Order: sequence, then C-alpha cells, then structure tokens
Amino acid sequence: MGTFQIDFGHEGQQSHIVGIDLGTTNSLVAYLDAGVPKVIPGADGDPIVPSVVSVSPLGQILVGHAAQHALGTHPERSIYSVKRLMGKGIDDVAGEAKLFPFRFAPSEASEALRVELGTQTFSPPEVSAFILRQLKHNAEQFLDAPVTQAVITVPAYFNDAQRQATKDAGRIAGLEVLRLVNEPTAASLAYGLDKRNDGIVAVYDFGGGTFDVSILKLHDGIFEVLATSGDTHLGGDDIDHLLLRIALEDIQSEWNIDLAAQPGAVQLLRRAVIEAKHRLSALPVTDIEFSHDGRSYRRELTRELFDKLITPIVERTLGPCRQALADAKLTPAEIDEVVLVGGSTRIPLVRSAVEVLFRARPHTELDPDKVVALGAAVQAGILSGAVDDKLLLDVTPLSLGIETMGGLVSKLIHRNSTIPASATESFTTGVDGQTNVLIHVVQGEREMVKDCRSLARFDLKGIPPLPAGMARIEVRFLIDANGILNVTARDQRTGLEHSVEVKPSYGLTDDQVEGMILESIEKAEQDFQERQVREARLEADTILAATEKAKDNPAYDALEDAERALINQRLNELLVVYHSEDHLLIRRKIEELNAATMTLAENMMNTAVSTALKGTKI
Amino acid sequence: MSPVDYFEVFGIRPSLAIDLSALQKRFYELSRQWHPDRFAARSPEERQQALDNTAALNDAFRVLRDPVSRAEYLLAHNGLAIAGQGGKDVPPDLLEEALELNMALEEADSSDLGRFQKQYGEMLETIDRDLGALFADYDATPGEAILLNVRQLLNRRKYISNLTAKIGKAFEAGLAH
Repeated sequence: MGTFQIDFGHEGQQSHIVGIDLGTTNSLVAYLDAGVPKVIPGADGDPIVPSVVSVSPLGQILVGHAAQHALGTHPERSIYSVKRLMGKGIDDVAGEAKLFPFRFAPSEASEALRVELGTQTFSPPEVSAFILRQLKHNAEQFLDAPVTQAVITVPAYFNDAQRQATKDAGRIAGLEVLRLVNEPTAASLAYGLDKRNDGIVAVYDFGGGTFDVSILKLHDGIFEVLATSGDTHLGGDDIDHLLLRIALEDIQSEWNIDLAAQPGAVQLLRRAVIEAKHRLSALPVTDIEFSHDGRSYRRELTRELFDKLITPIVERTLGPCRQALADAKLTPAEIDEVVLVGGSTRIPLVRSAVEVLFRARPHTELDPDKVVALGAAVQAGILSGAVDDKLLLDVTPLSLGIETMGGLVSKLIHRNSTIPASATESFTTGVDGQTNVLIHVVQGEREMVKDCRSLARFDLKGIPPLPAGMARIEVRFLIDANGILNVTARDQRTGLEHSVEVKPSYGLTDDQVEGMILESIEKAEQDFQERQVREARLEADTILAATEKAKDNPAYDALEDAERALINQRLNELLVVYHSEDHLLIRRKIEELNAATMTLAENMMNTAVSTALKGTKI
Repeated sequence: MSPVDYFEVFGIRPSLAIDLSALQKRFYELSRQWHPDRFAARSPEERQQALDNTAALNDAFRVLRDPVSRAEYLLAHNGLAIAGQGGKDVPPDLLEEALELNMALEEADSSDLGRFQKQYGEMLETIDRDLGALFADYDATPGEAILLNVRQLLNRRKYISNLTAKIGKAFEAGLAH
C-alpha cells in the first residue's frame, strides 16, 4: 500500500563505546548517557545476562536466561562460569572438572582447553564471545546504532593469558576491545569518590569466581592504583560447591541414591542451594528445598552454620588484602574509604570481615552487581573523550620474568608497577654460529620457573652466524595499558628489528583467533540474511493486508478496470515470491505493488480528507 | 628503542636529592598529557607514541622516586654501575660482625637476633643520613669523587639490608614453629 514516509533522521546513529562487565556468573553492558553511566536492559527488560551458554539439540546457541533454563534440561550441552576456564590448560581444571555438567575435549597440557557441548567443541574465548555477542546485540537494539567498540573488565589479578583470552573473545564477537580495565578499578570510577576528596580507597571485589583487592590513591581526578592482589579462583562458586556437596551427601544417605550421577538433577539442586544462600543474606535461617522424581529433600540451614562453613573461604580473601596493604606500604588505619563489589559481598559475614580488617564502614550505595559495568562505561567515556577530568593509572598484578640458567627466574618488571611499563634485556648466543635464541617468559612471584606461570616462549630468529657471545640482541618487554605483554627485539650491531614468534602458553594463536572470527562472520552473515528475509516478509504482510482491506473501499470500485487488474496481478506476484529466501526479490515485488496502488491510495486519502472536512463545522 | 634518560623524561637535571612531592606532581601532569587513554581515537602511530612515552614516564618515576634506585641509576648513568655482585663483598669492618651474626642465626637465639636487628637498623639509619648529605653535596658540585663515595655507601647499605632480611626470615621461620 502506498504510504508517505516521514524521515526522522538518525539522531541515535553516533557510534558508542560500551562498557562490558564479563562476569563469572552474570554479564552486563553499560553506556554513558550525557555523562551518566547507565546499564542497558535486554529485550526482557533485565540488564543482567547470566553468563551461561547452551547449545540446543538443533545446534542453536542459547545465551543468558534461556541457557540457564537449559542447564536443568540439557546440562551436558550447557556451560556456566566459563570465566574460570579462560587462559587455562586442561591440567589447571582437573580438580573441578567433575563438578561441571559439561565435558572437556582432550587437549595438550600447554594448549588452551576446549569444552564439548553436544557435537561441537569450543574454546573458552568462543563461549565468552557468545555472551559478548548477546550484550552487543542488546546494546545495538537499545541504542539503535551499531556497536563495534568496547571496554571490557577483567579481574585485577588476571594474568597475561587470561587477559589475552578475554581480548580474543571480544574480537571473535566482532568487538574492538579498546581497553581491558581491572574490575576493582572500574568500580572505584563508578563511585566517583574523587569528587568528594583526595584519599586512599580500598576496593574489595568478591564475585562469582574471582577475588580481587586494590588499594588506590585518589588525587584530583587521577585514580592511581598503589597495589593489587587477589585470587582468580576464589568466589561465590566455591560456596555453592560447598553447599552442593553437603546436600548431595544428605540425599545419598536419605534416599540411598547417587544424585551426582544425574547432571540435570545436580544443576537443579545447585540452583536450590544458591537460592538458599541468597536468602541467608537477609534471613537468620532458611531451608534448602529440592524435589526430584516425586521425592523431596529439605534441610534447614542457619546463618550460624553457614558462617561456620564459609569462614575458611572468607579468610582466604584476607591474605591478599594484607599483601596489598603491605605492598602499598600502608596500614589499615590509613584507608579512608572501602568499596564493596561483587555479589558475594552481600553476605553479612563478608561485610563484617571487611569492616574489621579495614576499620572502615564500606560503601554499598551502588548495586554490587552493576557497579563494575557502570565503571567500564565511565572508562569508555575517558577513551572517547567524553570524560576528560578522570584518569586511571593501573598496575600489573604479577611480576614478569624470564627463565635463566638452572630454571631460575630473573625478574624484569615487578608486580604493582604502574602500566604501561617496560624493561630491556640483552641476549647473546652460547654456541658458534648460533642463529636463534629461545626465551621463556613467566609470570609470578616465585624464584623457580616451575613455580611460576608460563606465559609464552619466544624464538629470536635470524641472528647472523657469529662466534659465541658476539651477537647482541636487545629485547624490549612492554606491558601495555591492558596488562598484556608486547615483545620487540633488535640486533644491537646492525640495528635491525628481529622477528619475534610468539607461542602463547594456554592461549590461542593469532591464526586460530582469525579462523574463529571468520567463522563467526559467516554465521553473522547467515543470521543477517535470515533477518533480511524475515523483515521483507513482515513488510509484505503489511502491504498485502492493507491492499485486501482497500478492496472494500468505494475508491477501489471507482478505479479503471486495467488499474484493478494490475493491482491484482502485482498482488499475486508478491504472493508467489513470498516464501522465497531472496529478500531482494520480495522487496522488488513489494515496490511494484506499492506503485500499482499509488492512485488508489491518493484517491482514498482525498475521500478521507473531504469526508473529514464535511463533518467539521467551520 | 634508544635508552631513555629518566631525568630527561621529567625535565630535570641529573641529581640525587629530589623533591618527591614535586616529582609526584609532575608525574600526574605528564600522565594526563601522555597516557594512551588520551589517544584512543588517534592514528596507530600516535597511539604507539603515547604508549612509549607513558611506559618511559612510569619506568622513570618508579626508579627516581626511590632514593636508592635513583642513586644506582645515576651511578650506572655515569659508568659506575654497581655490579650484579653488589652487596656480596663483605665490607672489611663488618667481617667480624657478619661471622657473629651467622653463629647467632645457626643457634637461632632470638634475643641475640633481636640485638642484631636493632644494631643493623641503626646502621641503616646512619647510612641513609650520610647518603642524604652526599646527595646534597653532589647536587651542589657534581663530581666523580662524590659518586664513588655514594657507591661505597650503597654497597654497604645493600650488605646490611641483606643481613636484616636474613634475620627477618629467621624470625618468620621461628614464629611459624
């Protein structure tokens, strides 16, 4: 049906840099709205996207609430807490593999692990990319503009491999990751504590899977991190596992069945203990309630017992806090303010432990689930230039070193150095005519290579053959503002740049990431194609219905026979192509029907106007 | 990748006694100007420049704000680097004491260790005072003779620091029992 379109322009079409909190349990996306950070709701109105991904039996990817539901029905095809697997090798997760409902695909010990979901296998960055793509989609729908750039938050204590894996996930999801920001630092940005006064702030960030503590000095809009510490494998998940084990043992002795052998039931039980845990933050006592196969299990859980159970976990967070204070050369009394971040800080025992340690009443004004995403949006504003009075100076959480003789570590950049940070080291050959030098880079605080985390192996190639010890290669190690290592090498005699081949430990090679990007673009193109067809059909529906309706209008009968015949011909042609997959063809037929009905539309409009005028007293 | 002069980064002449609050203030100012966050939307070349500038700034601030690493840097700058073995050669006047300390460490006598710790603490204070005076002398009239004295004191300081670290470890181990 011919219509008159009004173009409202595209005021919303400016490009946005979004801030993303890619969490262990939940993920959120936020943006800066006229200087104020705001979280972006999904289609269901909820800004929280559970960090769960599930592959349906038809191969469809489910993310968020839908995937969370699938955890109960198709546990072996579903994955949660993928963040705990980022930048890890298969040996790293041996301890908890049994607790997850999905299986790991066999892989080499030094390679990135892969998970099996249905018939497909995925690396953790690919799984994270599904979550990121959902957030990207939510943002694009909400902002009505394409979103291609993002700031993504990571635990401050994430090592190089974990950071690289997060950046890879962004690339696979079609996002240019402009900056990785440490979660506690992002939280301090969201609180805008710099507006109040200069001072020392401690951020205690206890989330679903990771624990971080950062000590910051605020001065005139500068957020200078003095020290950071943490544990990337300590969070609410550990509390859930504790409660789950107890419930499984109860059920074993009460029902005499091994529920652990039924992954779907285990996931429903896990949900039940998590709900009980949440209730205990407000109530002194609650029940864990669970029914299965017509039987029901109920266990009373008092906060007193809960506190006793989780005390060892809460105490594990205090060591890093003391370490961070010592590294910042501060005493607890010198901390002016404490900020709580992460869902696990809702637990009363956690709050009181923080209060006792830092002797300060913690800030809890902002929702601990949203504060990190809000801070990421502020950092996005700093990068876009929208925010020019704030600046983050963050640190590297772990010392960087290289392997020397006897398996010892020579430290090049110490932990808590402000980033970007660099160090230069000279290397030479040990054998006549040697043309390459192998360099092994590690991260960690210990003296021996075997006690540190292998980060990468570099092969310095193309050294001119010379007597041993004559070549002099200068290697520059640079940790960038994302906390990621960059290496460049130069021959001091010739001044020539050397190629540095990186083989990241537990990581994906550039080629692998490129392959995944291509695959996801293909998928995205397929999705895009489908959407185009769907939209064309919707438009066809509208015009077909309007034309059928117009046939009842006196104006239709007033048309010439030839005009009516043309309309019917075009109508039939559109109906013929309606079910084709060619959206361009459908659109062409829509246009033709549109043209054929133009006179009819004008006549109907004129009739309507004159009728309306007749009914109006002037 | 030409070596960066840390003093030049801050626009100050090579000196040993530095006003820390002024250094910190300049560090913040330069961070605001050079930080990669300020260049996120610029060309790759400008972004690389911002990264290099800020890395140099951070490296320089880390070295210059600590008096000992600052002095070591200035010595190296003048071709007087403290060798990797620095702090391992026993200053002659401390030889006897070092032997005594090693005996006390073997016996793990906590009262003896406490006495040593106190004594070394006082020695370090004296050294730091003397270093402060040398720093001021050098800044007033720079010369290699003063730097050689500085190097000698730094060696001595390092040696005593190592001893106190040893005592600290022994105490920790003792407390763990």
